[in-house]
Amino acid sequence: MMRVYVDGVGLLGPGLPGWPEARTVLSGNAPYQPRDVALPQVAQLPPAERRRTGAVVKLAIAAGLEALADAGRDAHDMATVFTSSGCDGDTIHAILTVLATEQREISPTRFHNSVHNAPSGYWALACAATAPSTSLCGFDGSFAVGLLDAATQAVVDQRPVTLISYDMPYPEPINRVRAITGVFAVALVLTPDRTPHSMAVLSLRLRQGDGGGTAMVEPGLERLRRGNPAARGLPLLVAIARCGDGGGGDVGIEGIDGAVLEISVAAP
Amino acid sequence: MFPLRLSHLCVATSLGLGIDPLLAALRTGASGLRPCTFQGATVLTHVGEVDALDGMHLPGSLAAFACRNNHLAELALRQDGFEAAVAAARLRYGADRIGLFLGTSTSGILSTEHAYRQRTPDATALPADFNYETTQNTYSLAAFLRARLGLCGPSLVVSCACASTAKAFGNAARMIAAGLCDAAIVGGADTLCLTTLYGFDSLNLTAPGPCRPSDGERDGISIGEAAGFVLLERASAPHDDVMLLGIGESNDAYHMSSPHPQGAGARRAIEQALASAGVAASEVGYVNMHATATLVGDSAEDHAVFDVFGDGVPCSSTKGHTGHTLGAAGVVEAIISALALRHQLAPGSPHTRTIDPAFRCRYLLESAALRLERVMSNSFGFGGSNCSLVFGLPR
Repeated sequence: MMRVYVDGVGLLGPGLPGWPEARTVLSGNAPYQPRDVALPQVAQLPPAERRRTGAVVKLAIAAGLEALADAGRDAHDMATVFTSSGCDGDTIHAILTVLATEQREISPTRFHNSVHNAPSGYWALACAATAPSTSLCGFDGSFAVGLLDAATQAVVDQRPVTLISYDMPYPEPINRVRAITGVFAVALVLTPDRTPHSMAVLSLRLRQGDGGGTAMVEPGLERLRRGNPAARGLPLLVAIARCGDGGGGDVGIEGIDGAVLEISVAAP
Repeated sequence: MFPLRLSHLCVATSLGLGIDPLLAALRTGASGLRPCTFQGATVLTHVGEVDALDGMHLPGSLAAFACRNNHLAELALRQDGFEAAVAAARLRYGADRIGLFLGTSTSGILSTEHAYRQRTPDATALPADFNYETTQNTYSLAAFLRARLGLCGPSLVVSCACASTAKAFGNAARMIAAGLCDAAIVGGADTLCLTTLYGFDSLNLTAPGPCRPSDGERDGISIGEAAGFVLLERASAPHDDVMLLGIGESNDAYHMSSPHPQGAGARRAIEQALASAGVAASEVGYVNMHATATLVGDSAEDHAVFDVFGDGVPCSSTKGHTGHTLGAAGVVEAIISALALRHQLAPGSPHTRTIDPAFRCRYLLESAALRLERVMSNSFGFGGSNCSLVFGLPR
């Protein structure tokens, strides 16, 4: 059993334009009304770099910055774990489309944006973040994989770690063979010890098995959870949202091959 | 967290299958690089291609994972007694107590390149036999190894460009320290594809001839393909295996595809690795450099290594042997570092003729028999990702 504290949350998804609004919806105090996601520009980047950032980079950085502000932390020395199933599908599609032509002349900016760790790279540029940063993939289990890795790093290295999990739909034709629904990112600032910012304490255990993760009660949120690998974390966010009322609870987050990340969530 | 012992190794590179051809090349200076004829690519460059991949196929139950990247992983797994070592470890620890911490940069994207060329005329559909999850997706490599080796412990794929499989050692060490698993398989694969050939060409980073790391006339990288895996176990009982002693990770926060010119980020990774290992710079007998033969990258690393080690520590890049194997470079060079320790051999730098006169490190052009107890391996990647590993022999 591994224990970490949640000091900050960032969130961006359809009808969930940030943690304050999302907390109200997820704790059942307001109805869920899906709306398009507005992706903010990364104001911290120099203009040339800002123009080069794709949607998924904006998505990841927006959630990460909100979580850090919520936790009252600076990005500069914050270790980060980025996790995503597909990362920048638009860029991958653009490169594959050009490579299928005779010319095959791909853009150098597109090429360096195609790496799975592009959001981490732009995050570092935006925040002068020189601390260790990794970028992970666990297909549909990407959120659970990232959370387990971030929590492990927080506990073993005794330092705060920010998890940023994000996924968005591929364009056609990949969308037909890998359907990701909705644009969704969540970020959690995890600390090994309780701080004045701690809003929840998580006790995590990885159980191998045959599935059985917690579902969302609200049908629209359940569609989002099932459709987007980053949104697999929604049940955890519900439990964190309820900690404000002294609630919390036990949730199971779907991992890889039927594994479930079992998390007991309580007020700190 | 450390030490951890590298109890078993396996590798497949353009030099051949298994440890033996790699070790022989380190001794003789042989190179696996040759002019690129890969799948009709028109990029004028050299590559390190694995010939044994032609005609590969996977057995029935694993057929869905068929793609060049998983094929190369399979080739590596068949070498050096690795399968038997994993089977024994599975009995000893249990299938759920062995973690898989792998890395790749492009996974099975070559399969999607093929699929895009076979799209329906209106470009709306890929061929029916294209399987995204088991080929293109970055996690496919770990899903393949889980199925192939019958493992069900924690698993993940790190994709931090060319630092991927070096950084995976850190994930493994932390997970073992946290008690989430008792042993780990660390490594990965990266294979030739048009995405990286044309991508590095678009950045003017591919050399027309074989790459010449740290040469004053270096003119770019040679892309190689490779797979390698390491079985990592706690070093509780006495043993004589090479050990992982420490890791340092940092981010440049400088540029997406170009390193900090004075190697500031690389230096932080190097210093953190030494601190993590409790090893003084003066104890390190050889540094396996990342040096890929780009103008800026090699110079930045020379700065970083000189700033920490001065001009007394022998160092070299082995990219002239294998090519730059991108996401696999970390594990390939971890294995080379282990071989250096096992065989008391510091590798040289094939194809490098004249060391850049501006460089200050003690760079080895040819392999040398040296007494080695501690070595370092550096891996740096796009996105400013830096990782240094320290290996050593038991004292």
